[in-house]
Amino acid sequence: MSFEIDVTIERGAARIVANYKVPKGLIALFGPSGAGKTSILDAVAGLLRPTRGRIAVGDTVLFDSERKIDLPPERRACGYVFQDGRLFPHKSVRDNLLYGWKLAAEDQRWMALEEAVDFLGIAPLLDRMPRTLSGGEAQRVAIGRALLRGPKFLLMDEPLSSLDMARREEIMAVILRIRDELKLPILYVSHDRAEVERLADTVIPIGG
Amino acid sequence: MTETEWQIVVLSLRVSGVAILLALPLAFALAWLLARGRFPGKVLLDALVHLPLVLPPVVTGWMLLLAFGANGPAGRFLAETLGLTFMFRWTGAALAAAVMALPLMVRAMRLSIEAVDRRLEGAARTLGAGPWRTFFTVTLPLTMPGVLAGLVLGFARSIGEFGATITFVSNIPGETQTLPLAIYAALQVPGSEGAVTRLAVISVLLSLAALVASEMLARRSGRGGGHVL
Repeated sequence: MSFEIDVTIERGAARIVANYKVPKGLIALFGPSGAGKTSILDAVAGLLRPTRGRIAVGDTVLFDSERKIDLPPERRACGYVFQDGRLFPHKSVRDNLLYGWKLAAEDQRWMALEEAVDFLGIAPLLDRMPRTLSGGEAQRVAIGRALLRGPKFLLMDEPLSSLDMARREEIMAVILRIRDELKLPILYVSHDRAEVERLADTVIPIGG
Repeated sequence: MTETEWQIVVLSLRVSGVAILLALPLAFALAWLLARGRFPGKVLLDALVHLPLVLPPVVTGWMLLLAFGANGPAGRFLAETLGLTFMFRWTGAALAAAVMALPLMVRAMRLSIEAVDRRLEGAARTLGAGPWRTFFTVTLPLTMPGVLAGLVLGFARSIGEFGATITFVSNIPGETQTLPLAIYAALQVPGSEGAVTRLAVISVLLSLAALVASEMLARRSGRGGGHVL
């Protein structure tokens, strides 16, 4: 399963042009902040509409301006881990985790709540509310929520940036296990060279 | 409390209750438009919604009379289609109270809609929720404290409504004479200090009850929400 991204995105005065065709594994979009990395993820997720171009993951076309294809975000089968977690503040950790799981079709799910909870070590957090979680805990829950949605690929936007060194190690280990054990294609955004070198199979420099 | 006073309280509650239930969907729709909408004339709509807040209530009552009176365009239309009339009736008092409460309700709801982090809606979409499900599972619960605040503010405003009501539907015992109008009427009669005092105390108690109720509701719905107003 490969990512094929060839788009022009306009945000205000900024213009982002991206054109990559990359193989499977963990692909890192690497570059300084403000280079439009997050915009590219948003475009793949369907949260931002490019002015033109084509986005395909594997053999599924998500967006194609010429053929007038633009799948809504809920039908793109993508698991998006946001930089700031974006857990639903009015739902418990358990309900956050199950939000996408409940909406996924039976044959789309490939992970049960118990598996995700074990995989991420978040069993003690299930009944807590998001605002009581530390940064590392929230990020693990956010990853779990994205995995339980039954995605065909993951988008990760600087998932380590808000964490201290110890938590970083922990989440990095989780990401490596997603890459190697779950074999999920990942599009990963970062501005940290060390992080990218450690995690990525393929590195794509953006801007700068 | 005499039977007449009891009737006044019941009438006041009915007028205010109907008024805010009538205004609720409209207030939410307007709040949504003003918070999220992008269209020409938004400033004008904003001003129109707020007009009853800044106009002398007598003027609002007079305008209601023009529009919803027996010969007013809206009044005639509603009388012919729904058989609904307002003149000298409690329905008119409810309409006046709704119009006066609307700006406060819109303000509270608009603030809470603007306070919703739209990126959470994006997160819900990537998790498989369509626009409507996103609205009902994410946006609406997060705006709930504002909706409740709007309801309470609107209720308090309706219960206290005087100027527009007396102008629009007059002061008729048992039909349009709500608490403030009854207090006003009692004040005109020499030697009725006792009645005035009792009605005033009832007013205070009703307003306090509304505030306490809203506090409790907000606490329950705001559990973990972290959004206040």
